[in-house]
Amino acid sequence: MNSYEVDVVVIGGGSAGLAAAIVVKKAKLNVLILERDKELGGITLQCIHNGFGLHEFEEELTGPEYVQRFINQVKELEIPFKLDTMVIEFTAEKIVYAVNNKEGLIEIKAKAIILAMGCRERTRGAINMPGFRPAGIYTAGQAQRFVNIEGYLPGRSYVILGSGDIGMIMARRLTWEGCKVKAVVEILPYVSGLIRNQVQCLEDYGIPLITSYTVTKIHGRDRVKGVTISKVDRNFDRVIGSEKFIECDTLLLSVGLIPENELTREAGAKISEMGGPIVDNNLETTLNGVFACGNVLQVHDLVDLVTAEAKRAGLNAVEYIKSRYGKEEEEVGSIKCTSGENVGYVKPDLIPKSELEKDIIFTFRVKKPDRRIQIQFKDENNKILYKKKRRYVIPSEMLELKLNLSDLQIDTTSKKIIIEVIPRLEVLIEED
Amino acid sequence: MIYDIIIIGGGVTGCSIARTLSKYDLKICVLEKEAEIASGTTKANSGVIHAGFASPREYVKRHMCIKGNKLYTQAVKELNFPFKRIGSFVVALEDEQIKKLEEERKKGIEDGIPDLELILDKDTILYMEPNLTEDVVGVLHAPSAGIVSPYELTFALAENASLNGVKFFRNQEVIKIKHQDYIFTVRTYKGEFQGKNLINAAGLYASQISKMLGLDYFSILPRKGEYILFDRNALQLNKVLFPMATKVSKGILVCPTLHGNTFIGPNAQNITDREDLSTTTAGLKEILEGGKKLIPNLPLRSPIRNFAGLRAVPDDYDFIIDNTDVYGFINVAGILSPGLTATFAIAEKVVDYLELLGLELKAREDYNPIRPKPDRFKDFTKEELDIKIHEDPAWGRIVCRCETIPEREIIDAIHAPVGAKTVDGIKFRCRPGMGRCQGGFCRPRVIEILARELGLPYEEITKRGEDTNILIGKTKDIALRDIPGGATRE
Repeated sequence: MNSYEVDVVVIGGGSAGLAAAIVVKKAKLNVLILERDKELGGITLQCIHNGFGLHEFEEELTGPEYVQRFINQVKELEIPFKLDTMVIEFTAEKIVYAVNNKEGLIEIKAKAIILAMGCRERTRGAINMPGFRPAGIYTAGQAQRFVNIEGYLPGRSYVILGSGDIGMIMARRLTWEGCKVKAVVEILPYVSGLIRNQVQCLEDYGIPLITSYTVTKIHGRDRVKGVTISKVDRNFDRVIGSEKFIECDTLLLSVGLIPENELTREAGAKISEMGGPIVDNNLETTLNGVFACGNVLQVHDLVDLVTAEAKRAGLNAVEYIKSRYGKEEEEVGSIKCTSGENVGYVKPDLIPKSELEKDIIFTFRVKKPDRRIQIQFKDENNKILYKKKRRYVIPSEMLELKLNLSDLQIDTTSKKIIIEVIPRLEVLIEED
Repeated sequence: MIYDIIIIGGGVTGCSIARTLSKYDLKICVLEKEAEIASGTTKANSGVIHAGFASPREYVKRHMCIKGNKLYTQAVKELNFPFKRIGSFVVALEDEQIKKLEEERKKGIEDGIPDLELILDKDTILYMEPNLTEDVVGVLHAPSAGIVSPYELTFALAENASLNGVKFFRNQEVIKIKHQDYIFTVRTYKGEFQGKNLINAAGLYASQISKMLGLDYFSILPRKGEYILFDRNALQLNKVLFPMATKVSKGILVCPTLHGNTFIGPNAQNITDREDLSTTTAGLKEILEGGKKLIPNLPLRSPIRNFAGLRAVPDDYDFIIDNTDVYGFINVAGILSPGLTATFAIAEKVVDYLELLGLELKAREDYNPIRPKPDRFKDFTKEELDIKIHEDPAWGRIVCRCETIPEREIIDAIHAPVGAKTVDGIKFRCRPGMGRCQGGFCRPRVIEILARELGLPYEEITKRGEDTNILIGKTKDIALRDIPGGATRE
């Protein structure tokens, strides 16, 4: 068995893992990247459309161009990486076990671990979709891989369920390939991906977006022959009599992403309801010295934000090794961050009381779109700590705020803060 | 070539009969209409090995179930398929149900079911099954009940039968049977097979096969059962949990699988279409509600698949295992629950019938009852794994991340006797695509391996046989075709 000792091991060589590793290496620590696929880059490699890099590089790049810049840096900095290498287990003691076909079983002892395993797509089973189970049903990301990486088409005429970003991008991509995209069907009353994708991928190509509808039946025993879509009411129950049949040979699903945390869970880290691990403001999980960033922590809409988060995780891992590694840690207690009205989740989940002097980056998403609202932070006694007006919020955009809780005069005996997105008072008055 | 025995149907029943007969010096073949064996009822059922008290005494199937349950002990030793006697609970939620359970216990013990016990102490029950509803008032505990992977059992049977000389032909849907001069001529869409004896194990189609020989004395109707499968580790159950049985079925059970998942189902819907494997909104709702009665904390956030199976229901609910009026033709029909449990007893019965028909059953000298346990990545210790990968790098290339399946297991599944030819064939043999991503990540790589090992282009790889192709062609093919005068790419 091959054994290694490193300062930091990064699990996942996609956009998150690469950025985190670069930061660690620049801080003069040694770092090792483990990637399960046969090349570095992760899912960004199959995202051959543009729209990447506006924040990070202030220019517009395709996915492969964007991630190649990080791959180049990894190579320039001579950061070691192992490809085709699957982590099968890691422990709270920060021992990582992986396999590949060259070395067999590999054991890596690290001082810190950065989790950057990304996410997977929600499947048909996960949304309990009934009907036949013919060939011709794929997740949008799987179809993206077939078309953009393997060079094969999964079908000729499509219905896409879910208006997530990958679904809309695939609608355009398949249209370019001469395929017919009959409709993008969305159960919500509004598009669930970014508005720019709705415009650039659907409207520009005349692809119908049918909202408040869902697929209620799949036709075809061997190959998909069509789908029945039905209107849904506010409780997502289908409206009888609203059924429409759409002929197609392929159904793509773009119905959400789930952070991939099976290894994290098995190692004993606590996982939040939304699927990502519970982290503090340093992106450290409930296991000391184990950090998480990118889509394994929370699903991002922009890869640029993944990069930013990964750099923070990298810096925090460096800081951990330099000042805390191997030392007894004092239990200081922490403040819980919870989601209130119209907030789906909040990261971080916890803020140790010793960290209250620091600037803290909060990221969260709303559950439903709203206009003229107020983002509000309050403590458990309903004392308002912070409020900010915004013209509109939509679930597809991750919201980010940098705040210093001490500056906001937080009561240090507080147990939790609640983040909510509520209508502005003047709006209520206006409507009266 | 004239076979001694032709078996129609490559489900668990047909394969179990084939394997039992492969002990003898006989020329045997199995005809399966689908691209893979274990494709019908065998693929989608509860996979429960019943103790045997559920059917009334006047039914043949009760006695074959009790016998068949015991035969599993030896079969597992020989065939090494996933099986575990975890025991079952029939859960009473009302006091008046206890009397019924006590009756069943008494009769069961009299009929030779081992260790049946009625447990009325709630603390004991909840200690044994902590997730069970607090409303439980008593359970009938059957320690001899177990769980099996029905398709892996069937693959094991077929592999062993094949090694002992049985020929398997797939994609052979039977369209006509002629019986002349004591020879059966079985015509399929793809060819013709001749045999001296014919065994009908055609499951949902058994009555049609019987009719082809003019025997119209029973009918088989499909009864749909829907299931929901939950992610591995979402819930840990110790026992197979049944509600009190109703007239039409054993009710909606909650059950662990041998791979760490939990499933709920099945419901029972009489239908007419033998290919209708669709799930329905109403059906999924029904089984969720049923499951919640036993396990209130079902992991509703972690379903990974819903599916339906069809039971082959005969007129009087009992097995039809007959030496028919057509000499040499044996019907093995209506094998609904507990048919999986009874499968080895059914095969023995068929052997008895063949003996009655005067077939000479001479033991094969080279018969080998052992089908070795397939090597599994998950069964190895870290040290063993290291050695394995150094011997063979295909152990170190993980194709399926959810279930941790290396390339080696997939190659082995393809080249095993009666090996996989389709993506679903791989999935049911060694599990890539069975996990939480449902093939989202591994499917392109499974296609690549199948194409390479079978020497086929990507476009010809199918999900489960004819007309289920996964890819339709290369990119640009459609776009180029649509341009007038445009070139086609080679």
